[in-house]
Amino acid sequence: MSYHSIVMVKQVPDTANISGQVMKPDGTVNRSKLPTVFNPEDKVALELALQLRDRYGGTVRVLTMGPAKASDLLRDCLYMGADEAVLVSDRKFAGADTLATSYVLAETLGKLAPYDVIFAGRQAIDGDTAQVGPQTAEKLRLPQITYAEEILSAQDRTITVKRKIDNGFEVLEGRLPLLITVVKDAATPRPFRAKRVMAYKNARTLMELEKMADANSLLYVDQLKDDYVSKGLFIPTLTADDLDIDTARCGLGGSPTKVHRIESVVLGGSTHETIPATKDGMYGLIDKLMDDHIFG
Amino acid sequence: MANYFTDNTDLLFHFNRLKLEDVVEMAEHGYTEAKEYDFAPVDYQDAIDNYRKVLEIVGDITANVVAPQAAAVDEEGSHFAEGKVAYAKGIQEALEQLTKAELMGFTLPRRYGGLNIPTTLYTMAIEMVSRAEASLMNLFGLQDIAETINKYGTEEQRQEFLPQFASGEATGAMALTEPDAGSDLQAVNMTAYQDESGQWRLKGVKRFITNGNAQIILVLARSEPGTKDGRGLSLFACYGKDKVVVRRIENKLGIHGSPTCELQFNDTPAQLIGKRKFGLIKYVMDMMNGARLGVAGQALGISQAAYEEALRYAKAREQFGKSIFEIPVVANMLVDMRVTLESDRSLLYAACHWVDLRNKLEERVEELKAQKQDFSAESARLKEASRVAALLTPMAKYVLSENANKITYDSLQVHGGTGYMREFNVERLARDARITNIYEGTSQLQIVAAIGGVLNDIFGQDFAAREQKEAAGSLGRLADELKEMRERFLDALKFVTDKTDKHSQGVSAKELVEMYSYIYTGWLLMDEAEVDSRKVFIARRYILSAAAKTRRNWEIIKKDLYSDLLHAEDILI
Repeated sequence: MSYHSIVMVKQVPDTANISGQVMKPDGTVNRSKLPTVFNPEDKVALELALQLRDRYGGTVRVLTMGPAKASDLLRDCLYMGADEAVLVSDRKFAGADTLATSYVLAETLGKLAPYDVIFAGRQAIDGDTAQVGPQTAEKLRLPQITYAEEILSAQDRTITVKRKIDNGFEVLEGRLPLLITVVKDAATPRPFRAKRVMAYKNARTLMELEKMADANSLLYVDQLKDDYVSKGLFIPTLTADDLDIDTARCGLGGSPTKVHRIESVVLGGSTHETIPATKDGMYGLIDKLMDDHIFG
Repeated sequence: MANYFTDNTDLLFHFNRLKLEDVVEMAEHGYTEAKEYDFAPVDYQDAIDNYRKVLEIVGDITANVVAPQAAAVDEEGSHFAEGKVAYAKGIQEALEQLTKAELMGFTLPRRYGGLNIPTTLYTMAIEMVSRAEASLMNLFGLQDIAETINKYGTEEQRQEFLPQFASGEATGAMALTEPDAGSDLQAVNMTAYQDESGQWRLKGVKRFITNGNAQIILVLARSEPGTKDGRGLSLFACYGKDKVVVRRIENKLGIHGSPTCELQFNDTPAQLIGKRKFGLIKYVMDMMNGARLGVAGQALGISQAAYEEALRYAKAREQFGKSIFEIPVVANMLVDMRVTLESDRSLLYAACHWVDLRNKLEERVEELKAQKQDFSAESARLKEASRVAALLTPMAKYVLSENANKITYDSLQVHGGTGYMREFNVERLARDARITNIYEGTSQLQIVAAIGGVLNDIFGQDFAAREQKEAAGSLGRLADELKEMRERFLDALKFVTDKTDKHSQGVSAKELVEMYSYIYTGWLLMDEAEVDSRKVFIARRYILSAAAKTRRNWEIIKKDLYSDLLHAEDILI
């Protein structure tokens, strides 16, 4: 049988290039100051979903919650082969932590049902929390398999997944529908497909069409949208109004997590210490490592 | 993320200067293809935007997938066991990526699964592929084989073969060379005969066949028994799996990732491509010209990689208390390399432009003929474009492949002893470059191919017109140099043509072709210098050094340096 997947993807700041102006006073990241990239593990998640489709047929949709700029990411997903991309975006969602994010995503996924598998990257490189996938599964009351490194097979309503654990792996079976988070080594994401790039380079989200309409008084957003829909180039866009949600649980206001500050820590030793190869020397080393919280 | 397209400012410079309006208009049939294909452009800007995005994909794959595996591919090489050829792991993965990215039918029409992108852009892709890993170009760059079937095959043959190429399901090989027929393809001996049922079959041996393990092979064979020359040869397409035995693969100096095979055809069933007897004189010459442009692109990609290695090393390597980059003799070598690299690029993409124009005009004339419309205007333009492309293709192949050897040689020199070691990339690049002035026609044969256009001074009027134009500022002096170079060229040309001795005309051809390439490339750089102030440096060094080389070549001819060839037997003891 064929399977319908939805992949949760995120555009993230390129954390390899953090600079001083990046943090805002409220402790959140000033995204406009950073180049953005496709969160690496989300890209791998999309690849696994596409592989599942290659093997069994079905569809792959992608979903992201983010600002208008996240439209770039959705086009990238279409270039790789996703059948459809969906943006959920609203100023009310800005500044969301994992709790508020998973709330909006779960509500949106409710609208996008039915589906068989929800894929997500294990974690995003900006927050490194690895919470959004599991929280979304909990809110949807779905079973979840985290740290997936391979989809072994799918048969009827059962999927068999190889899951990474410390020092090895385990093989789990899960009942569909379920949510899977994916580790980076699971697969190498496929390249953009030239024909899809040319076909979808003009695909636009509602936010982008609004911007176009704002910049040109002769354009009306509804007309633009109809035009883009008819050309197959409209990226479905959902806002808070499209979802039946409690806005108090969204965005900064709905987020109990506050980032105090971030700092770039460079670990480097300038001195060295000789540990004598005796029992006492060894115990001394263990004590020292315990004190430094490296052990224990 | 690294990207071999967006990180190469000079390649971008040429991309941004493309003036392919005519070519794209014809290729897109007045942009009507957009009605049928969602990925076809609606106008010229849209097309250029498409090309940019496609080249960005190539730039991404080459920089991030292909280049990191280049050393391993060189080390591993191709495998041959029990008659089967296997690619190096890195080559296999690269081909898979390029296939998934839908880049294996770059120039083919959309109706066969291709992207319908002009040769100029395809050559840019070849340049990037070769910069990452030169031998991969021999697989990616063999799309001319499909192009030959597209051009000369029947509709049935196109439908059979082309989608296989475009989807990446099949790679191609062109089987021309034989043990006794290398540069002299007229001596090809492979037999093509028709069995009782009328089926064509091939029998014989081919040697040095790049990617001879391909699924689809184009074969030059003697279809007319009793003939001895090129007029008895026809072109055939066959499947590699049908009674084609790979007897061995060669152990080569470079391009280790591309298997070079000896093939034995045992009554292999084959299809005739085009007309009998036109195999060599028309189809193969055409296919080789396409491949020559590809090899020039390959040479340029290797040059780019070697230049970068040299620059990076020179900046990092400290001697005498400073980086060797700060030592004038080293910096001077780097400047020479950079100027050669950029002038090569100018020559190559100028050649590509004319090839595109010729190819598309050819198609257009055929279309107009079929529609019984007047094609006299197109026909006249085609004649000119054909003449120019026939000169610039071998000229670019000659100049760029020789320069790739020079640039890799100098890059290794900048590295000093380190460059001689296998751990560094530059020795691989030097080995890979060495084939570019040998295959698809040696440099000596490129000169033979180019000399006709040079003897006829086909750019004479164009050069004269440029000399009349007032050059801006400091470029005036360079324009004067170019003018003087042309005077010397014409003087040398007259000297050679006035002679009746064919022998010395033949050996002077090299000097004449080089002089002509200096003048042509010099004017290209003048155009660039007018729009980009940095390019004034490039034009200045190129033209002043070309002027010196022109005087040298002129003197060689005028002083009859090669007259001692009459005594070759006395000298060569």
